[in-house]
Amino acid sequence: MSDPLLELSGVTIRFGGLTAVSSVDADVREGELAGLIGPNGAGKTTVFNMITGVYQPTEGAISFGGQPTAGLKPYRITELGIARTFQNIRLFPSLTVFDNVRVAFHLHLDHDSVHSLTRGPKFQAEEVQLRERTRELLSIFRLERVQDEPAKSLSYGDQRRLEIIRALATRPKLLLLDEPAAGMNPTEKDELMKLIRFIRDRFGLAILLVEHDMKVVMGICERIHVLEYGRKIAEGTPSGIRGDPKVIAAYLGEEPVKES
Amino acid sequence: MFPPRSQRILLAVLAASALLSAVSGRLNPYFLDVALGAGISVVLASSLNLINGFTGQFSLGHAGFMAVGAYASAMLTTTLAPRLGLSANLLQWVFFPLSLVAGGLLAALAGVAVGAPSLRLKGDYLAIVTLGFGEIIKVVLQNVDAVGASRGLTGIPSHTNFFWVFGSAAVTVYVVWALLNSTYGRGFLAVADDEVAAEAMGLNTTGYKITAFVVGAFFAGVAGGLYAHLKGYLNPGGFSFDKSIEIVVMVILGGMGRHSGVVVAALLLTVLTESLRQTGAFRMIVYSVLLIVLMLTRPQGLFVWPLWSKKEGRP
Repeated sequence: MSDPLLELSGVTIRFGGLTAVSSVDADVREGELAGLIGPNGAGKTTVFNMITGVYQPTEGAISFGGQPTAGLKPYRITELGIARTFQNIRLFPSLTVFDNVRVAFHLHLDHDSVHSLTRGPKFQAEEVQLRERTRELLSIFRLERVQDEPAKSLSYGDQRRLEIIRALATRPKLLLLDEPAAGMNPTEKDELMKLIRFIRDRFGLAILLVEHDMKVVMGICERIHVLEYGRKIAEGTPSGIRGDPKVIAAYLGEEPVKES
Repeated sequence: MFPPRSQRILLAVLAASALLSAVSGRLNPYFLDVALGAGISVVLASSLNLINGFTGQFSLGHAGFMAVGAYASAMLTTTLAPRLGLSANLLQWVFFPLSLVAGGLLAALAGVAVGAPSLRLKGDYLAIVTLGFGEIIKVVLQNVDAVGASRGLTGIPSHTNFFWVFGSAAVTVYVVWALLNSTYGRGFLAVADDEVAAEAMGLNTTGYKITAFVVGAFFAGVAGGLYAHLKGYLNPGGFSFDKSIEIVVMVILGGMGRHSGVVVAALLLTVLTESLRQTGAFRMIVYSVLLIVLMLTRPQGLFVWPLWSKKEGRP
């Protein structure tokens, strides 16, 4: 086993009097397909938001590739190599599909505002190369035929895929997927599972996904972390999790609920 | 090395305005005055378009930045220039552009001062802060004796000519266009579309907003310098909230975030306000009614057609 790529130790966040996430320890190893599950309101998305720097943990530490991420702004964390998608798709709706991906390549650009003005040969060459790479990435996922359409005009499934492609363009070492199967039908879910495996193998990155759909989670994750009311209650392989009494209790209730 | 097409167009426009400048003396002075005013409007509207249109912020302080540039450059040409004993040609062709740039830089500095703390705010809040900034500038100018206080600043040499106005307009339009038409520049549009997503894609959204704000303020400052040396007289009252709104209207009518539309709207609205002078007291009423009608009939902007938008890459 390799060293953990992402490590959360004793991570806690409080919003006023509410402790949304309470001393969670978790880690994701390089190239691993990990899952984060839990009933509604368990704090899964909050954990994502802390990993990506949207929220700062009240206590505890998060480190990525051995480097603590405390105090870093979200764009700095993306620079380190963590990219994400959102629970409610957040594309750049008025930009074209092509530009949605192109803009995410920006981290690996040498040029900036000044070069945009001078438009010298180096700038031109880099732009040509970037267009090429954008086209390449789009064609891997067969979205090149709609590349000039505004992102908002895509079908729901294509928007989800575009969001993943856009995240890949930042060249992450870890990809966080927030409920990628939400709103998909069974066929689309099967395709999504294939897609996630394909991305991991092709780009050699680790993936952590938050998901409600048990079939998807159990089907692709190698290791699963379970949250309930902001606490971690279990960790293990899909089969281990499936049989864990605490997890069953969290999802189905411990004893028959008394009717009041 | 052969420059790219956009730069060749820029050079061509600069050459054309130099040629026209040579014959502009034969024009009716009133007509020339309106034309130069329209050109200054292009500088103002295009630069505000970068902030309000492309980057999706809402600044109401453009007149404030214009005032900073206007007073700074006018102070240079009225107090410093006479001591240097330069020839008329040197004054018009070397000292004047330098003072325009100095005015622009000071306005850009004001842009950093206002933008750095307030661009963390969004939407309406930014509008209120910039509105406050504009008013503060006006009140300060009204009370500083060195710049004439509320009497205004007089005796500014009329260095502004056709070349400086339309040259500046061409440079402004080029800078805004070139900034946006690059992978780096698509970030401005991404910030306008969804700031959270932009940040998650590794874009320094605050950096983008400040860049837009500072570049916008710089050109507003240059426009102020041109205005000062066109009118020969500056009055703090001329840089009020109304002036900022006038520029915002140009950007909205041109279709927020369209290069060509905003240029046309700036030209058209300047000429329109001029031609409405004949209606006397009814001028502002007619103007307002026209704006209401335009907004009702073409809320997407006057000059927005599907064909154009595709070409400009902004659907």
